[in-house]
Amino acid sequence: MNPSHIERGPLFFRDRDWHPAAYTPGYKTSMTRAPFRPLVAMGSTLSEETGPAFGHSMIGALDNNLIMNFTGQPAIGERIIMHGRVLDETGRGVPNVLVEIWQANAGGRYRHKKDSYAAPLDPNFGGCGRTLSGPDGAYEFLTVRPGAYPWPNRVNDWRPMHIHISVFGSGFGQRLITQLYFEGDPLIAKCPIVKTIGNDKAIQALVAPLDMNRAIPMDCLAYKFDIVLRGRRQSFFENRKEGM
Amino acid sequence: MQPLEYLKETPSQTAGPYVHIGLTPNTLGNPGIYPEDLGLSPIRDGAKGQLITITGHVQDGAGMIMRDALIESWQADAQGIYPGNDPRGAADPNVTGWARIIADFDSGEWTLSTVKPGRVPFPDGRMMAPHISLWVVARGINLGLQTRIYFEDEDNESCPVLQRIEHRPRVQTLIAKQTAPGQYRFDIVLQGDNETVFFDM
Ligand SMILES: [Fe+3]
Repeated sequence: MNPSHIERGPLFFRDRDWHPAAYTPGYKTSMTRAPFRPLVAMGSTLSEETGPAFGHSMIGALDNNLIMNFTGQPAIGERIIMHGRVLDETGRGVPNVLVEIWQANAGGRYRHKKDSYAAPLDPNFGGCGRTLSGPDGAYEFLTVRPGAYPWPNRVNDWRPMHIHISVFGSGFGQRLITQLYFEGDPLIAKCPIVKTIGNDKAIQALVAPLDMNRAIPMDCLAYKFDIVLRGRRQSFFENRKEGM
Repeated sequence: MQPLEYLKETPSQTAGPYVHIGLTPNTLGNPGIYPEDLGLSPIRDGAKGQLITITGHVQDGAGMIMRDALIESWQADAQGIYPGNDPRGAADPNVTGWARIIADFDSGEWTLSTVKPGRVPFPDGRMMAPHISLWVVARGINLGLQTRIYFEDEDNESCPVLQRIEHRPRVQTLIAKQTAPGQYRFDIVLQGDNETVFFDM
């Protein structure tokens, strides 16, 4: 990679009011897994500003095709393209970001021994994929739209249709896991995990709109989902030693 | 007034109970998609420095050992240089620095085998004590938790990050205890007595 494109500099501070709080009683499991003491807050250091690098050589040809990447036979379900750009908070596209996704199959069932939901496994659906963002931050997956599923929380809680997403920035302090929801799903507004986020604008940032411009006629629909990572400060006035 | 045209970071959501489907499918028992899981080791043969092994578990506020926790680690090489985008130069080519560590599905124990990292400068030039950065996710964790492993047999007194912890007894929650030469124990407590220090950095 061209050294001038290496990402450096202190990270923007995380807006903790925008993210979900740790302790959110509507999502019961968070009650015993939330730290009670305040986080120790300070600016980023090299340990947060540097991060692992991933190369295109490690990505297989079908890694971003969840319809075909398990057995080579097509998975069942509504075929969709999930696409978007990885950006940072300054609006720049971020290249070479590893995006990993996992999801239930079209019936709402995960390929996991702890998932005992009545919907059947699809023998041709593994449920994960990965890709690296391109030079402008763009990424895409081909998959099936996952089904909604019930989960043990309150008596009758159901997860809206969703895709889990894991992203690396160029710094370990940008590490993020989130979930994509689908435009128009009535279960979004009822979901205790969605509602761990207190800000409705922030919730809307996780809802992917239907994108007919990227749909392929007679083949698949498309949903657009941009991912925004913490930005980096650029200033000649940073209180830093030369060469850092 | 001119608009401030920044985007907001994508809000976090929990990794949920099935994070291993996505991040460690082979270890979970869903082989066939990737040749191997990512982050199996932060080093390759020939990495310079002291080989060490750190073992621990993650415990919740009810005292339960978590068997669904996933941890990622990031560290410098033995000279204190980070692989990749460290502005000070190139790291040991046999140190990738990053690992994905999963709690054992039955016991909840996890292990990290690596080289002990060197000291890395704080932004003002003072040196931070040798440490490994961790990021912890699991069902019930709404936003990944940042913490650090320091080492009992290093000089941690002058570390500018540890100095920022006002309640001094809590510093001990970040210090791995040596159980044998090159062997350390580091347990993470999410909530309650001996709650691990987590950072917002
Ligand atoms: Fe899920």
